[in-house]
Amino acid sequence: MPKKTVYKATIEHLQILNEDGKLDASLAKNTLTDEEVAFLFEQMVIWRHFDEVAFKLQRSGRMGTYPQNKGQEAAALGSGFAAKKGTDFLVPCYRENAALFLHGLAPHMILLHWMGDERGNQIPDNVNCTPISIPIGTQMLHATGIAWAYKIRKEPRCVVTYFGDGATSEGDFHEAMNFASTLEVPCVFFCQNNQWAISVPREVQMASETVAQKALAYGMPGMQVDGNDMFAVFKATRDALDRARKGGGPTFIEAVTYRLADHTTADDAKRYRDVKEVEAWTKKDPIIRHRKFLESKGLWSDKKHAEVEAKAKKIVDEIIKTAEGIEKPSPADIFNYTFAEIPEQLRVQRDTMRTNSLGQDPSQTGLKTEHAHTR
Amino acid sequence: MTTTLDPIELPEIDFDHAPSREGNREIQFREALREAMSEEMRRDKRVFLMGEEVAEYNGAYKVSQGMLDEFGAERIIDTPISENGFAGLGAAAAMYGLRPIIEFMSWSFSLVAADQILNNVPKMLYMSGGQWGCPIVFRGNDGAGGQLGSTHSWCVEGLYSNVPGVKIVIPSNPYDAKGLLKTAIRDDDPVFFLESERMLGDKAHVPEEEYYIPFGKARLVREGDACTLVSFGRPVHFCVQAAGRLAEEGIEVDVLDMRTIRPLDIDSVIESVKKTNRIVVVDQCWPFASVASEVITQVIERAFDWLDHQPLRVNTEDVPTPYAKNLEAAYQPNPDRIVAAVKKAVEA
Repeated sequence: MPKKTVYKATIEHLQILNEDGKLDASLAKNTLTDEEVAFLFEQMVIWRHFDEVAFKLQRSGRMGTYPQNKGQEAAALGSGFAAKKGTDFLVPCYRENAALFLHGLAPHMILLHWMGDERGNQIPDNVNCTPISIPIGTQMLHATGIAWAYKIRKEPRCVVTYFGDGATSEGDFHEAMNFASTLEVPCVFFCQNNQWAISVPREVQMASETVAQKALAYGMPGMQVDGNDMFAVFKATRDALDRARKGGGPTFIEAVTYRLADHTTADDAKRYRDVKEVEAWTKKDPIIRHRKFLESKGLWSDKKHAEVEAKAKKIVDEIIKTAEGIEKPSPADIFNYTFAEIPEQLRVQRDTMRTNSLGQDPSQTGLKTEHAHTR
Repeated sequence: MTTTLDPIELPEIDFDHAPSREGNREIQFREALREAMSEEMRRDKRVFLMGEEVAEYNGAYKVSQGMLDEFGAERIIDTPISENGFAGLGAAAAMYGLRPIIEFMSWSFSLVAADQILNNVPKMLYMSGGQWGCPIVFRGNDGAGGQLGSTHSWCVEGLYSNVPGVKIVIPSNPYDAKGLLKTAIRDDDPVFFLESERMLGDKAHVPEEEYYIPFGKARLVREGDACTLVSFGRPVHFCVQAAGRLAEEGIEVDVLDMRTIRPLDIDSVIESVKKTNRIVVVDQCWPFASVASEVITQVIERAFDWLDHQPLRVNTEDVPTPYAKNLEAAYQPNPDRIVAAVKKAVEA
């Protein structure tokens, strides 16, 4: 038997709006209207401000550890805008705040979460997302499960799940990709390749030239887009969702972007990242190119920008006020939310708050319960 | 749109309805499990079974025999060898209204799914501020199955019962297996249901009718006043054998089958200890920080003054499960060791 090629593949990279704000008009057809870009750009400015203020809140001791989203807003907004609000479902990691806000999550919830309050994860019924997920990669399996439920229910809905380049080294990623493709579920795997898994650069994390090619092993369409280009991100995500909605199964999108800030407020990237690399990526900041594009269309100006920045300040001030104005959680909550119905022994613990010894006799706590001394 | 998730009104569970254990409808433990799952699946379309070999092969241990024929491939689902994967899928399905039963061929294999089953499932309700429960049942074989070697002979109850947010069920006989599994499937919290390969062929009368056994209620298998023998799962049988031998010497003991570890019916243990003043806990897990340790701690906390002898434990030896037949037998709790422990407690 002669040798023959049994499989060949290529990975495409899509860019529609380049670093200088120049648009490829033919590729941009049927993507975002000028008005939509202006709207999304305003969101970008507002949530960039939110992100920077969140960082300061942590530094001044008003919030716990926070992972900045800075630099990755185009990836979040372009993909979030492609998903149908109220229909599709987002299963996030923690670096796509803007997508969640587009889908109706109240921004103070994210601050509440990072202030260490579980109620920040009480997603309202009319918002289609799961709480942000801190363990790396575990949410991709949940996304696959939710998408599978949609398929079983024959609902024309899709799931977009977010994760970073680092998460593709987890077993969960591979198991989710395998299940999603074999079950042909309507799920878009949206990888924000921000080049760094904390201090480990992409090329140390993996030997593959792209993250997208990992999809090939699962028989799943995989592609790469410029993650700082909302047009490309939107187009890729929308096309993937359209295909999924028609029963075409999952897609993997690698959005090439960059984490302009530290991993979290507990990190100092200056210790391991080359300043020149950061400078080069700063020039590719999505804010710069989208502003240039809008200015070339006569839809943006210095005056407009100043107005939006002032508006952002007001909005974010209000968000902080809301988050900080919420009454501290009751210690009883930690017991109430552990089981659907509180077991007797936990109830005693909750009511006494004086013991953490599960078996302690209620009589020893000084608390009379209907349960104590019945025998 | 009609979907499999249309709201379903389920009849309320009547825990007081407990049909007799006596009768001649003898079926195997595995059939009792199948009956429990099938009854719940017929009633509630949200329930499905997923795992390795559960469909086409009819279950690695034939627990799901015939279920693919009855319920179809949409509800009896074969998976790739991907425990973390299908555990996570099941978690999501549970969060969004389905009622998954996930079969681990062995609980030993659940270790590769640890993050999903310990770090996600039991914390989902808590971390979502009470919003998303995770009504899912994980079930499979637990304990030394008979020369399966150290990596395939896990008793996970010692490890997993340390985690808040899960319920842990460990039946010792077909009657309880059916009633407890039905309760598990109907429960709104995650349930770990521990079976034993060594008991799947055990036969006993199991009523054809439906019944549910409440969690957190131990069963007094045998009565006596000399000592309290506490156990759960397969070692309950060793306790009953030991109790029979002790009775020949005039030592009558209480044998309590806990049936669920979380919640733990410590009240029944205390009640018995206040009568016998002695306790021996028999546990097929390793001794350190085991369920036996926990039972004894709680007894000391609540009934210290009632004890006439220090509490005793019969656990497996504190070593990896041996492969050789004779060594595996020696390593596990057995009637000889239980008899010796009771005698030590009683004769003091």
